Amino acid sequence: MSTGAVIMLIVSILVVWGGLVAGIVVLRRHPDDPRDEDRPPPPSR
Amino acid sequence: MVREREQWATRAGFILAAVGSAIGLGNIWRFPYVAYEHGGGAFLLPYLIALLTAGIPLLIMEYTIGRRAKGSPPLAFRALSRRAEPIGWWQVAICFVIATYYAVIIAWAVRYTGFSIGQQWGDDPEAYLYGEVLQTADEPGFVSSYVSGVAWPLIGIWVVTLGVLAFGVRRGIERANKIFIPLLAILFLVLVVQALTLDGAADGLDAFFSPDWSAITDGSVWVAAYGQIFFSLSVGFGIMVTYASYLHRRADLTGSALVAGFANSSFEILAGIGVFAAIGFMASTAGLGVGEVLEEGGIGLAFVAFPQIISSLPAAGDLFGLLFFGSLVIAGLSSLISIVQVVISAVQDRTGMPRVPAVLVVGGGIAVVSIVLFPTGEGIYILDAADHFVNQYGIAMAALVAVVVVAWMLRALPTLQVHADETSAIKVGRLWLFTLGVITPVVLGLMMWDSLRGELEAPYQDYPGAFLAVAGWGVAAGVLLVGIALSLLPWRQADQLVRVHGDEGRV
Repeated sequence: MSTGAVIMLIVSILVVWGGLVAGIVVLRRHPDDPRDEDRPPPPSR
Repeated sequence: MVREREQWATRAGFILAAVGSAIGLGNIWRFPYVAYEHGGGAFLLPYLIALLTAGIPLLIMEYTIGRRAKGSPPLAFRALSRRAEPIGWWQVAICFVIATYYAVIIAWAVRYTGFSIGQQWGDDPEAYLYGEVLQTADEPGFVSSYVSGVAWPLIGIWVVTLGVLAFGVRRGIERANKIFIPLLAILFLVLVVQALTLDGAADGLDAFFSPDWSAITDGSVWVAAYGQIFFSLSVGFGIMVTYASYLHRRADLTGSALVAGFANSSFEILAGIGVFAAIGFMASTAGLGVGEVLEEGGIGLAFVAFPQIISSLPAAGDLFGLLFFGSLVIAGLSSLISIVQVVISAVQDRTGMPRVPAVLVVGGGIAVVSIVLFPTGEGIYILDAADHFVNQYGIAMAALVAVVVVAWMLRALPTLQVHADETSAIKVGRLWLFTLGVITPVVLGLMMWDSLRGELEAPYQDYPGAFLAVAGWGVAAGVLLVGIALSLLPWRQADQLVRVHGDEGRV
């Protein structure tokens, strides 16, 4: 593979897979607010 | 009485369903070809810019419109303005049409998964596809002969799809995608690893990633990049509005859009690597250039070029075929489910019909049209024309109208921004307003202009005028007219269903 191809391979993988990982990390650090009037009541046991 | 709206059980469930919808046939067979045709590695730069400046902003807009109104597209657009309701019905009509032909491609993939065992397509996969499998008629036209070998798997696809939808959002769609998406990721990873071990794989990757920087200055490359992002993300025809309407009121929107957008592109890049590694092998075996092996994307790439590659593999051809066509089936099914759900949810909102009867009547209706029209000798011509016209003058046109109406006529973006920011960790900011108010409409407008110009230069695929008037232009105009007509019917309960009025900024 040419150097240009290797660089573009690495850059595109870093950007999209990096973006995916970063998005997941942000979401995990910010769980949804449990104060949720829409959520149905938990099932009764 | 207003029925309680269904809700996703978990945030991951919603994201997996959104990713399942976005990852479809186009990721596997369209992206690698479009990228190669438009500068290879250099295409990836406009592609990534398009993802960030149009794809993800549009996803956020659709999530916000859907979650804000907690309704299907007609209701969600009506919640913005009564005058915007036709856009929602237009999108519903588009989904109806797409579902009818999308299912038949999955049915072909089901058959090819079986054909992979022993490579039953023989020495001439092209003749096998059009002659044996599809029994294609000589001329485009309307149904004259029936192909039972396609009809049976097609019926099976509809039974599975409607079965999943009958179980509802949480127990049907969410649960199915929790199985489909990890399974698809595993199948495709194994496929890519197998492809990368082939002789010539590096040549294929070299062709795919080598940048031709002169392409960057070519406007059509940028239009192609935005077009790929746009068609690949399932934006513009109501799916994301519908799926987001089942989110609870405090769900994070922008974070979910980032994950869904990047997950879709991650899969697309992976598909590009797998496809080009395999094509590199084929080219080196046949002593040809990569461009000579990859003559076209779409149906030709999946059902002609890939069978050729599979037949020439030194070992484990059956496995490779099972992985490739099995991936197509799963990627297609999760998208088909989302497309049909748009129509079902709109009819449920409109009529108050419970879920199971709505699935049977509405989903069953789509299935009947699909089964009558497409497993036929003429099916592939109708599919090809309807797909081209409904993509260009349905999805893309409806998206253009939607962003112009939302951003400029209703000036609703600041309202949506408040709504998205309230519950999202990442705030969208002014840049979001700019991408949707300026970049997206300009690029969609250019795409439309480009496409219309092509239409005027020569009839699409040189199909006969009378055929195109019905299966092409007729379908595109039909979805718009049906959308407008449905929005004109009186809908007294709508305002009871929309619960955002006076609620903005107070969650």
